[in-house]
Amino acid sequence: MELIDQHSKKIMEGCKERARDAGLSFEDETLEYIVTNRDLVELSPKIMIPTLYDYWVHDVEVLKGRGKYELYPSNPYETVINTRPAISFYNDNNPDWLNVMIFYHVLGHIDFFQNNIYFRHTWDYDFTGEALSDKRVIAKLRREHGRWVDYVIEFARGIDNLVGYHREINNIYGHNLPKYSDRINYYFDVFLQSKKHVKTSEFIKEIEHYNECCRRDKGALGEKTFLAEVDRRHPEFSALFEKHRKNSKAPARDLLQFLMEKSAKLNKETNAWMKIILQVVRKTSLFFQPQIRTKIMNEGWASYWHETLFLQDDRIKGHEVDFARVNSAVTAMPRVGLNPYALGMKLFYWLEEMADKGRLAWDYQRIADRNRRRRYDAGTGEGKRFIFDVRENFCDFTFISRFVDQEFIDRNKLFVAGRRLNESKMVWEYYVKSRKAEDYRRMLNDALYHPPHITIDPEKTKNGTLYLVHHFEGKPLLQEFIPNTMLGIEFLWGGTVQLETSEPAANHKFASQLGAGQTVTENGRPKPEIKWRRVLYTMKDRKLAKRPV
Amino acid sequence: MSKKEKRYPPGDPARPPRPPALPGVYDYRDLLVLQAATTAQRSYASQIRSLDELLARDKQREQDGFPRKIRIGRMVKPGRGSKAKVVVVPTTVEEKFIHDPNFTDRQEGQGAGGSGDGQEGEVIGEQPVREQDEGSGAGPGQGEGGQHEMESSAYDLGKILTEQFELPNLKDKGKKRSLTRYTYDLTDRNRGFGQVLDKKATIRRVLETNIHLGKVAQGKPVDPAELMIAPTDMVYRILSREKDFESQALVFFLRDYSGSMAGKTTELVVSQHVLIYSWLLYQYANQVESRFILHDTTAKEVEDFYTYYNSKVAGGTQVAAAYRLVNEIVQSENLATDYNIYVFHGTDGDDWETDGKTAIAELKTMLGYASRVGITVARHSASVHGKTEVEKYMAASGLLESRPALIRMDVMDEDADEARLIEGIKTLISE
Repeated sequence: MELIDQHSKKIMEGCKERARDAGLSFEDETLEYIVTNRDLVELSPKIMIPTLYDYWVHDVEVLKGRGKYELYPSNPYETVINTRPAISFYNDNNPDWLNVMIFYHVLGHIDFFQNNIYFRHTWDYDFTGEALSDKRVIAKLRREHGRWVDYVIEFARGIDNLVGYHREINNIYGHNLPKYSDRINYYFDVFLQSKKHVKTSEFIKEIEHYNECCRRDKGALGEKTFLAEVDRRHPEFSALFEKHRKNSKAPARDLLQFLMEKSAKLNKETNAWMKIILQVVRKTSLFFQPQIRTKIMNEGWASYWHETLFLQDDRIKGHEVDFARVNSAVTAMPRVGLNPYALGMKLFYWLEEMADKGRLAWDYQRIADRNRRRRYDAGTGEGKRFIFDVRENFCDFTFISRFVDQEFIDRNKLFVAGRRLNESKMVWEYYVKSRKAEDYRRMLNDALYHPPHITIDPEKTKNGTLYLVHHFEGKPLLQEFIPNTMLGIEFLWGGTVQLETSEPAANHKFASQLGAGQTVTENGRPKPEIKWRRVLYTMKDRKLAKRPV
Repeated sequence: MSKKEKRYPPGDPARPPRPPALPGVYDYRDLLVLQAATTAQRSYASQIRSLDELLARDKQREQDGFPRKIRIGRMVKPGRGSKAKVVVVPTTVEEKFIHDPNFTDRQEGQGAGGSGDGQEGEVIGEQPVREQDEGSGAGPGQGEGGQHEMESSAYDLGKILTEQFELPNLKDKGKKRSLTRYTYDLTDRNRGFGQVLDKKATIRRVLETNIHLGKVAQGKPVDPAELMIAPTDMVYRILSREKDFESQALVFFLRDYSGSMAGKTTELVVSQHVLIYSWLLYQYANQVESRFILHDTTAKEVEDFYTYYNSKVAGGTQVAAAYRLVNEIVQSENLATDYNIYVFHGTDGDDWETDGKTAIAELKTMLGYASRVGITVARHSASVHGKTEVEKYMAASGLLESRPALIRMDVMDEDADEARLIEGIKTLISE
């Protein structure tokens, strides 16, 4: 790996100036490297982080194909990584004009990394730097504990997709909220709303009353007066609050955190080194979480800017046709399939136009007349500001759910494609299944990364048994991976591990196992409705047992 | 159509193979898309070295009480031609709790993205179900990202299997000796005299002599008239006697390639056949010949492993056809006297001939000359209702009990793993 030459670096600096003028914001320093095939051999299993810790699985071909996004929530072969300074990778034979396009694309990504709030936890440190020190620590541990280090890495990685990423993000932003006592929070957030079901006007009156008390008695005393009054009016309040506090005692933690805190085995002094590894694995997973959750937006944003800025760049006159060829390959909507570059970019263009014409407003939404809608232009010119807001505050899920509407679908002629077997011709037929925005959104959401929601049941975790609950969302867990994953958790926990999950009741046949086209009715529902049952897996002494709950 | 559905009752679906999944949102990566980078290829040398290390690591795992993690024997697109070459990819998988990607409750309802013109319900494209000889078969290791292949000769794989996985050694290699006969060929070279002048070799010698004599200067044109020719410069080819070793073992690989076999079952059967082949190759010190036969309702012989591996049709199944073809080949080519014959048959257990009368009859003929017949049944996990046709009639025939030295059957589920495969081979080939 070597740095790009001064000539290319100068072009990059020129791109930065132009990108800044257009409103993008990113740190000054970036690093650009030329990568060869040999570099890629080493980089791609390490998810393009040159300093990631060594692990033997990185040297082996990993079986892909089965739920690979769920397994590896991070993309190898990305061009730019979210480090400080941001590092990007290039072929050594790219022509200048192509580098200009890629530089703009890269700057789009860097802007996204450094401004989108879902990346907040990655802003304050350089991941490559920490990864390097982690790599050294793990190498040192390996010298001391040999292959057991690799077992611990393996088992920790087995549950690294269950990290509490959203909780982590929430914690960061939660600190900006003003602090109120638990009692006050409970009174306003739970008691009044869920228990008393008060009307909005009364609720506001209560808040006003609270403020009044605080103003009159200054701070803590005011709260006391207020609560005394609450107790008088609602004698049951104190009891309910105590009950609530007891129930919400266990702070929410992800499985890796829980093991580090509670596992008797890991907390033995001789096993303290294992916790270091768990910490590293957890941190690495958290680092990559936002990337996979913003794929469409991130690529869309970068594509939007490489296209916009390239066309305005005065330095590459004469290469418009070359650019058009490459760019169209990147940003074309496939006839069948999903291209995140194209989809994201089209959405950003669309939102810019909508906001420019002031259409993201009630005045426009309530117009039913087609012609009036088509002509509507309030001339607010808010487009750019709006898409910058979107790139700051949304992730793929919210982006799609909020903005993919029927007008967008119609404008871009999008549809949900179906596939069915034509038995007389022995061909798979692809057909236009639906042009409804609702169906398209559902299809997109189904395609998004979504690890299973598995939590620890604090009530049932006792007598050395760890009790995990899979909150069922309509899809069963991949059965063949359950034994070894649980084996790993048992190793880390040092005792019996149980997992409660849902499975189709016996004798049920999935649509996929029946002849295509013969089982699925018009509305896409399989005929035999699946009956789900809860089952409990128990991993004890490295033996797995299963029984219905 | 309804007739067809009767033939393929739900459960053992003779459903055609699923076409490969369309690229999804996460299959697009900057380096590949923007810079047209190709996925990285590891050098073979480093992988061959690592295989031994990996296997040692795996053995250690077992001793430490954890299941093995390295899977070998997955082959990727065997090349045409040289049959003894098998591609081995040591692979592994990192297991986690994930949603079952094969759970397709809403498969049809979910669909894929699309763009462009077309009314709802309009067909916009077709893709043939049957793609014969298409490079990426329904095999393992296909898909984007390319494969980091490791080529290793099947012989090496056989050695690994025998040593690492403790597959049994053949005790008695059978009654047939390796035949040695002589053939005569113009392969030896001789200077000074002989039958046929080797012009190219002669010119080379002449030039060499003249360079030594200083008659040819570097960088200047050579004038042939000036060259001196010594009698010993003349190189001839002469007839020579060559020992020709005949193969000792002949293996027939039979595979059901009907529609119901698509996907995992084919993958399993073919993987197992590669392993068996490699093992035999090692046992017979490379003196193994193989023949490949595919069958649906009729059987045909194909010339190489590549075709054997990659062919698909969507037909029905008649096992007897394949057995009959083997018997015919053996009889017409008079193979039984010269070879130890092995027959391995892979199927999903489906047979239209439910009582298996013809199949059993053919099988009995086969047992008259074969050293071992091994039948692998890779059962569909969906077929919950007990045994498959092949299992039923094999059990009814009583052959497995009465001739255990000659015929074996191994039944596994279609989601069996590598360890199970190797276990199965032990069943099939053990003494």
